[in-house]
Amino acid sequence: MEVVHPADLDEAVGALAAHPGATLLAGGTDLMVEVNFDQIRPEVVVALRRLDDIQDVSRRRIGAGVTFRRLESGDHNALAQLARTIGSPQIRAAGTIGGNIGTASPAGDSLPFLAGLDAEIELHSTSGTRRLRWDDFFTGVKRTARRPDELITAAVLPEDLPDFQEFAKIGQRSAMVISIVSACVFRWRDGRTRVALGSVGPTAIRARRAEEMISEETDPGPTALEEFARLVAREVNPITDHRGTDDYRRHASGVLARRLLERCLSS
Amino acid sequence: MTVNGEARVCDVKGSESLLSALRDYLRLTGSKGACEQGECGSCSVLLDGELVCSCLVMAADAEGSEIVTIEGLGGPELHPVQKALVDSGAVQCGYCTPGFVVAAAALLEENPAPSSDEMREALAGNICRCTGYGAILRGLETLVAGR
Repeated sequence: MEVVHPADLDEAVGALAAHPGATLLAGGTDLMVEVNFDQIRPEVVVALRRLDDIQDVSRRRIGAGVTFRRLESGDHNALAQLARTIGSPQIRAAGTIGGNIGTASPAGDSLPFLAGLDAEIELHSTSGTRRLRWDDFFTGVKRTARRPDELITAAVLPEDLPDFQEFAKIGQRSAMVISIVSACVFRWRDGRTRVALGSVGPTAIRARRAEEMISEETDPGPTALEEFARLVAREVNPITDHRGTDDYRRHASGVLARRLLERCLSS
Repeated sequence: MTVNGEARVCDVKGSESLLSALRDYLRLTGSKGACEQGECGSCSVLLDGELVCSCLVMAADAEGSEIVTIEGLGGPELHPVQKALVDSGAVQCGYCTPGFVVAAAALLEENPAPSSDEMREALAGNICRCTGYGAILRGLETLVAGR
C-alpha cells in the first residue's frame, strides 16, 4: 500500500490523476471502519488530514478539511447545531465536512444543511475547478457526481443567507447516533422558508410544497403550522430499517420540521 | 512519529490502524481495542493534541505526528484523573478505563472546571459495558471540586 501526503492542492490532485483509483482519507471515521472490517483494502491512499489548502472556513465557504469540532461554533447556527450532534468528541475531532459530503450517506448530518441552502460542492482536479449544486452532486445512496480524479475542496454557500436557521435530529440516544430523521429549517424575515430533511430518502430531501405553502404565511398560526407538518410528512420518502419504520420517519419528519419552524419564528 | 515524547519508528504492513501500530508493533497495550468503529472510545489517544479514536486513524497517516497514549499521561506519579478514578473506585472490569482517563484528561486540559453536563458530553464517546458511569463521574466531580 502506498500513502501520499500531498503538501498542497496541486500535489493532491496530481496524485489523484496519477492514481485514478486512489482512496481518499480525510478524518478516517468512515473509511477506517471499512478497513478494520476488511471490507476494503486500499492500494493507494491520498491522505488529506494535513492538507492546509482545504482547512479554511469563512461565512460562505467551508473548506472540505474542516472538522466538525471546528464547526461546533461559528456563523451558522444550524451548522453548529448539527456539528454538535455528530458522534462523540473523538469523532468530531477527526471527521470533516468534506468527508461527510464525499461519503454521501443518506444519514449524513451536514446534508440537510447544504440542501436547504442550495449549497454548491466545489471539486478540484488537474483540469480545473467546478462547482455542482448539491442536487446535481448527490446522486443516490452513497453516490455522488465526483469523478475519481476530483477532490472535494469546499462547500460554498449562497450570498442570500437566511435570517433564522435551526437543525435537529432524532436518534436513539443523545450521543453517538446515526440519525433516524434529521431536519434543517431556514427562514427569512420576508417569510421565505426552506426545509430539508435527512435519513428519509436516498439523499437529502427538500419539502418544496411545504416550503411554498409556508413562505406565503408571514405570521403562521396553528392551522398553517399543522398544514406545514402535514405537507412535509407527505413529501419525504423514507424506508423501514433497523433504526425506524417508514411510518415513524414520516410522522417524525413533520413534527421535527414544525418544531424547527416554530423555533425560527420565536427567535 | 513521536509517541509519549519519544521518537518511534513503526514499519506497518498496510492500512492498519494507529491502535494496531501502538499495540501490536510498539507494545503499548494500554489503549484497548473493542468496537473497531469509533463507537466505544476505549482506544482514545491524543493525536497532535486532539482526542481521537486510534482505531479510526490509519497508522500510515500518523507519520510525523505526535501521539500521547494512556502510558504517557502520568509521570512517576499517577495523573490526577487516574488518582481520582482510583479514589472513587471507578474501575470494574477496567477495559474502558484507559479510554475514559485519556478523554477526561483531554477535557480537563481544555476546561479545568467542567460542569457535570459538560463531563457527560465530553465522555459521550466512551462506553463502559459494566455501566460504571456513576463512580467515574463522581470521581471526576470530586477532582474538579477539590481544585
